[in-house]
Amino acid sequence: MNLIGENSDLNILDDILSAFTEITSNDLIPILQRIQNGYGYLPKDVVMEVSERTGIAASQIYGVATFYEQFHLKPRGKHLIRCCRGTACHVKGGPEIIDVIKKCLGLEAGETTEDMEFTFETVACLGACALAPLMVIDGNYYGMMTKQKVAEVLDSFRKPAEEIA
Amino acid sequence: MTQKSSSISDFVSWQQRIKSAVDAGRSQIIVCGGTGCVALGSESVYDAFESEIKKQGLEKEVLLKGTGCHGFCEKGPVVVILPDQFFYPGVKPENVAEIFKETVIGRKAIEELLYVDPISSKKITYEYDIPFYAKQQRNIFHNNGRIDPVDVEDFIAHNGYNAFVKVLQEYSPQDVIDSVIKAGLRGRGGGGFPTGVKWDICRKASGQEKYLICNADEGDPGAFMDRSILEGTPHAIIEGMLISAFAIGACTGFIYVRAEYPLAVKNTRLALEQARDSGLLGDNILGTGFCFDIEIRQGAGAFVCGEETALIASIEGHRGMPRTRPPFPAVKGYADEPTNINNVETFANIPLIIENGHEWYSKIGTEKSKGTKVFALAGKVKNTGLVEVPMGTTLRAIVFGIGGGIENDGEFKAAQLGGPSGGCIPTQYLDTPLDYESVQEVGAIMGSGGLIVMDQNVCMVDIARYFLDFVQSESCGKCTPCRVGTRRMLDILESICGGTARMDDLAKLEELAVDVNRASLCGLGQTAPNPVLSTIKNFRDEYVEHIEKRICTAGVCLELLCYQITEKCVGCGACKKVCPVAAITGEKKEIHVLDTEKCTKCGQCYNVCKFEAVKR
Repeated sequence: MNLIGENSDLNILDDILSAFTEITSNDLIPILQRIQNGYGYLPKDVVMEVSERTGIAASQIYGVATFYEQFHLKPRGKHLIRCCRGTACHVKGGPEIIDVIKKCLGLEAGETTEDMEFTFETVACLGACALAPLMVIDGNYYGMMTKQKVAEVLDSFRKPAEEIA
Repeated sequence: MTQKSSSISDFVSWQQRIKSAVDAGRSQIIVCGGTGCVALGSESVYDAFESEIKKQGLEKEVLLKGTGCHGFCEKGPVVVILPDQFFYPGVKPENVAEIFKETVIGRKAIEELLYVDPISSKKITYEYDIPFYAKQQRNIFHNNGRIDPVDVEDFIAHNGYNAFVKVLQEYSPQDVIDSVIKAGLRGRGGGGFPTGVKWDICRKASGQEKYLICNADEGDPGAFMDRSILEGTPHAIIEGMLISAFAIGACTGFIYVRAEYPLAVKNTRLALEQARDSGLLGDNILGTGFCFDIEIRQGAGAFVCGEETALIASIEGHRGMPRTRPPFPAVKGYADEPTNINNVETFANIPLIIENGHEWYSKIGTEKSKGTKVFALAGKVKNTGLVEVPMGTTLRAIVFGIGGGIENDGEFKAAQLGGPSGGCIPTQYLDTPLDYESVQEVGAIMGSGGLIVMDQNVCMVDIARYFLDFVQSESCGKCTPCRVGTRRMLDILESICGGTARMDDLAKLEELAVDVNRASLCGLGQTAPNPVLSTIKNFRDEYVEHIEKRICTAGVCLELLCYQITEKCVGCGACKKVCPVAAITGEKKEIHVLDTEKCTKCGQCYNVCKFEAVKR
């Protein structure tokens, strides 16, 4: 993954676009989703290249990319922490869990740590309300969280990195 | 395993072969593989059973199956042993060997592992005796805990696609529509518009091509039934869509599903491939000349895309912004052609109506709201999970009957129904039958059926602020009443929660709520004031208390809190150390004291205390 976003590896994009025939505006969101999967975010030069090759205006792509929460214009950390702020989580102490994560990592929602280890996001609802309050790290669910448990889970991700350092 | 059927008789003989190979008396180990159970470790339980079966060399005698969600998510990982229906909640891999020996082979229950009913404190052996299930009517969810979601043969063995085949053999498109109208099915996505009527409009609309969309953008915080249905029985949704496409004359369909539901996306994708390989999707389906195929589109994280015109804009590759209706999508939708949009739960009802007849279906529910409704029961209630009951079941029956009452023996304060477009139903309406009209009368909406139970520790002003914050950040910004109006409403609610509001702000809030409701472009803005209006109507005292006395009785609004150290304090000194204004004093191993004059209510002492001695 190229983090600068200036000289991205366009081979990944070639593969992505080759899966589509006669690209129209209808394919824009699936294309951006695959770019994000491939590059980890939407690098500027890749987005410009998409516009060049598909004829979809860069302004439309930028408009779409900034409208949907899923898309990111900046690189994200190695571990993605997503905390639910749905109603069930809210009434069962979700805001406190979010506070603990923010304090542990020194991040606000949407930010990434300087060492590129963690990105923290909040999600409207993760749809696993019976396990509230809940967070997801790298696709794994951590349900029925307490302030203590959150800190422990975060520590378990952090330790190997510190040992290396 | 799939087999391509090129005619209806091919399909029928395939189904007969599958059914005759099923050994009804065979022992089955069912491990729930829904998101909830997976989060609680059901995958390692499944693996443990798999290796146990291998170890014992009983691969032929015992069938191990990972299914969709059983609905009792909180008690996961859930394991059911058939044919007896022994039920074990919270199973761990280390329990597997014992369950295998005693229950699968010996057909005896293991006392210590049984479910304990929170009301009677009795141990319950069989799934059908558990009050959470016994009081439900699981029509839609019937197969969810029984079939392998990604095995089309298992679905077909359970009479899957029978309704579709019946339609191909016996029905004209208008017959299908008439049946759905007579059944009285109404849209389960929130609005409650009669489904058959919507189909009829779309069928009669003129256009070059017609489209069908399944709305699985379940954005309502607190609702997760659509996720569960797609995860557990994706073929049932494909079947419902096939019948709908046949009725309205559509060739192309989309399932628009949230990206936050990875398992639902995965299972649906596999199911679509299997349906294509079986000759149930694509060109000339079962040799009848009927053509229909479905494409998955993943949402990209925008709540407003649950609104149908915004959803269409999103599929077309634009920002998900709604437009004015009319024209309705049934007349002018995707690619400006007639488009029918229904939500997942609505489609799940269709095969049931066709298979059992509209007369059967219309007997379930109330006069104007037919069938069952799935509620996502969560919050401060003992049993959380997915609950399917006939329309018109009372709130009390759900919260106290199925839900087992309030957790930690708390007091019921309200139930929030319908997400950000809904409202809070207070204690005096506990006996309200939950159907479209009655729910609206008490200030909520059916919505998609998210039901969040609240106890005395939930602040209703904070809940209103929470929902406004949600719709504010999800407002697409196209129309001013929603973009600016919800922002101003949120400002007022924040000032109430922050202790800086005056009484005339409350009047302004109510006035603004009416304006936002009347002037907004789409459903998101029009219904955004509902949580505010319903809480003001039912809990006005709480608002007044926040404003005049600067008190939050529930202990939620941080700025209005008063911190205290109770006798639980062991004198560890952690709070004293962390207090930035030196408001806490006390000797080691003695109860500490907090000076409320100095306290800045930062909450650090509360967060740091491991003994729950700091109260607020």
